[in-house]
Amino acid sequence: MATPTLDKADTAGAPEPGFADSPYITVTFRIRRFNPEISEEATWEDFQLEIDPKERVLDGLHKIKWELDGSLTFRRSCAHGICGSDAMRINGKNRLACKTLIKDINPSKPITIEAIKGLTVQKDLVVDMEPFFQAYRDVMPFLITKGNEPTRERLQSPEDRERFDDTTKCILCAACTSSCPVFWNDGQYFGPAAIVNAHRFIFDSRDEAGEQRLEILNDKDGVWRCRTTFNCTDACPRGIEVTKAIQEVKRALITRRF
Amino acid sequence: MKIHKYDTVIVGAGGAGMRAAIESTKRSRTAVLTKLYPTRSHTGAAQGGMAAALANVEEDNWEWHTFDTIKGGDYLVDQDAAEILAKEAIDAVLDLEKMGLPFGRTPAGEIDQRRFGGHSRNHGEAPVRRACYSGDRTGHMILQTLYQNCIKEGVEFFNEFYVLDQLLVEEDGVKKSAGVVAYELATGEIHVFQSKSVIYASGGTGKFFKVTSNAHTLTGDGQAACYRRGLPLEDMEFFQFHPTGIWRMGILLTEGARGEGGILRNKDGERFMEKYAPVMKDLASRDVVSRSIYTEIREGRGCGPEGDHVYLDLTHLPPEQLDAKLPDITEFARTYLGIEPYTDPIPIQPTAHYAMGGIPTNVQGEVLSDNTTVVPGLYAAGEVACVSVHGANRLGTNSLLDINVFGKRAGIAAAEYAHTADYIELPENPAAQVQAQVENLLSATGTERVAVIRKELQETMDANVMVFRTEQTIKTAVEKIGELRERYRNVSVQDKGKRFNTDLLEAIELGNLLDLAEVMAVSALARKESRGGHYREDYPNRDDVNFMRHTMAYREVADGGKDSIRLDYKPVVQTRYQPMERKY
Repeated sequence: MATPTLDKADTAGAPEPGFADSPYITVTFRIRRFNPEISEEATWEDFQLEIDPKERVLDGLHKIKWELDGSLTFRRSCAHGICGSDAMRINGKNRLACKTLIKDINPSKPITIEAIKGLTVQKDLVVDMEPFFQAYRDVMPFLITKGNEPTRERLQSPEDRERFDDTTKCILCAACTSSCPVFWNDGQYFGPAAIVNAHRFIFDSRDEAGEQRLEILNDKDGVWRCRTTFNCTDACPRGIEVTKAIQEVKRALITRRF
Repeated sequence: MKIHKYDTVIVGAGGAGMRAAIESTKRSRTAVLTKLYPTRSHTGAAQGGMAAALANVEEDNWEWHTFDTIKGGDYLVDQDAAEILAKEAIDAVLDLEKMGLPFGRTPAGEIDQRRFGGHSRNHGEAPVRRACYSGDRTGHMILQTLYQNCIKEGVEFFNEFYVLDQLLVEEDGVKKSAGVVAYELATGEIHVFQSKSVIYASGGTGKFFKVTSNAHTLTGDGQAACYRRGLPLEDMEFFQFHPTGIWRMGILLTEGARGEGGILRNKDGERFMEKYAPVMKDLASRDVVSRSIYTEIREGRGCGPEGDHVYLDLTHLPPEQLDAKLPDITEFARTYLGIEPYTDPIPIQPTAHYAMGGIPTNVQGEVLSDNTTVVPGLYAAGEVACVSVHGANRLGTNSLLDINVFGKRAGIAAAEYAHTADYIELPENPAAQVQAQVENLLSATGTERVAVIRKELQETMDANVMVFRTEQTIKTAVEKIGELRERYRNVSVQDKGKRFNTDLLEAIELGNLLDLAEVMAVSALARKESRGGHYREDYPNRDDVNFMRHTMAYREVADGGKDSIRLDYKPVVQTRYQPMERKY
């Protein structure tokens, strides 16, 4: 196990944006590495770095990539929890690296970082997102209406708008789906994110295809596979009550009222 | 190398690219090539709203919106384009609503509207409620809704395909687009896309600044691809610094926070914007507010031990209002600063936010190769483009509008052009330049590191060409950028593989940033006046006699291969609004 260290002298006089006056600490990032161009085996690799504990895990990953090992591979873009690129398993829990501060995850012990589970790892922390997006597409995630279009906007009361607000927050990061034990065991299961996005339309008063979407989710790989373990709700970086949304879809399937 | 053939190729899958794709897919065989998965685009980070004079909550009309846009842009706006923007805004919002976008609603069930900087009733009398919004995640909702409708229309995406070169072929003395060359991130394979039309919608270039609201991936890729092939870049000296970024991090806190009643305060608790903009106060245009903040800081009224920021105060607003209207930005304050916005003011500073300049186009989205000549088959829309509806300073909520109005226009125009045009024959060995670029970087053994050069670039840009500029600071930047471009030739990457080589990707991105930073600084040096986002302390006034004109920057290559920048100028289109002194 290689343990490259970042010389403190390199960072002196060059504090990262944010917290020039606060003390740096030494943390160990223990990262699950995988690159099939080099080896079929995944291995753990430790990196030690000096970092301000108020920085993000993503800042730590960047420090490694930019200063120690350019081959470390992960997706990221906005760096503040909006784009959904950097879901990963940090100390065994699914989180966004850009929304997790180092001080909040016990930096006195090595911080383990690995790819999200249930999707094929392509390199280091990068997984194949295609099955995830396929499940999303399968629930018809777009407004379906009948009849002629109105000239102006469709009316919707603030209460009707509020009804599905929670599930509009989804950023498709896959933190929920890849935290779900049912999904780990059976990749055919739609998974929480697809159900959340079906919910967003089923409970939108303007939409007229709720019945169709419910039938899709009534499938053997649909909502009934959910075992209500709440992993998804815990994992959601947007604070969506995922399990509740799934329960509401189940209830709508029984009562046919939504 | 693989060769693909499509009628229309769209580069980028943010708001403008997907809005274009929805139109062009209905009309032509379209491929969307995107460096990121579609919903990862920075359109999703836009917060406050999208302007349209719907007049749902108070009197408004598109002519007032046109005026505000032109005045906001400090009269460098092309007025015909601004009129189209404001007029078509209404349908653009209604289109999105019909596509399913969950706008905030009035008690009557119509689309609700809020105030925003620079948007006024009757030519500056008072703020007007013009911004249609969805909480403080309007961009997120637009991005999701457009992606959803791309799925509905069966848009064909090539995800994580990075376009590195624009193929131009000269026929009868006219440069025409033949297609693009892309690098597939998953495999390292190079793909040539031959197409009748190409639309650039690849976003901005903010990552050459250190304190920025921009994503890591906003590296000016489309601008650089066109510029290197001899096409001009327009008004690159105009960059917007958004007044309220999270202190030192740059993360955006929407202007909607001030639209909802938030107030900027200095260390004495003073509402300082009253001094600088007596009518619009905290809702003056962004360039004015950013300069006011830095004036407070420079004159010793900044907050904190180093006096290097001011406060955005939301503490007088009811917590219910913050939860309902500003849930995301209040969460950012809690997550990244450990601050509770119900009770404590949020430390902020201006953050590099938006490129007003870009690839010059006409109002159909057609790219220009000089002041008037269209490049047949080449289009651009959104932040990558310069129509110019934003002039010297963009109004808040006009960028979400821009991507929808001009994304749609470009999508229709490009697809219709594809029906009438033939394929242009590809140049011999079309991927040669990209192959050489990739191979050179992979085999390079130089000692320079990408991260080091990028950091130095960002620091020099922040120090020298941000809110306040002088001849001296800009020259310092030009010199430093020149040095960094030299050092870049000696850069090497550690990852030599083909699979998801993001080390290589970052090296290529840095090359783009360096070229565009140079264009920006050289354009800024030549503009000896102050206008909108470009403020010269040595020339503090607007100079309409000499500088009421767009900058056009061209890359020239000497026989020895050394490149330089040639500046030219293009007249501003003026219709009904005569330039006036700008007061808020």
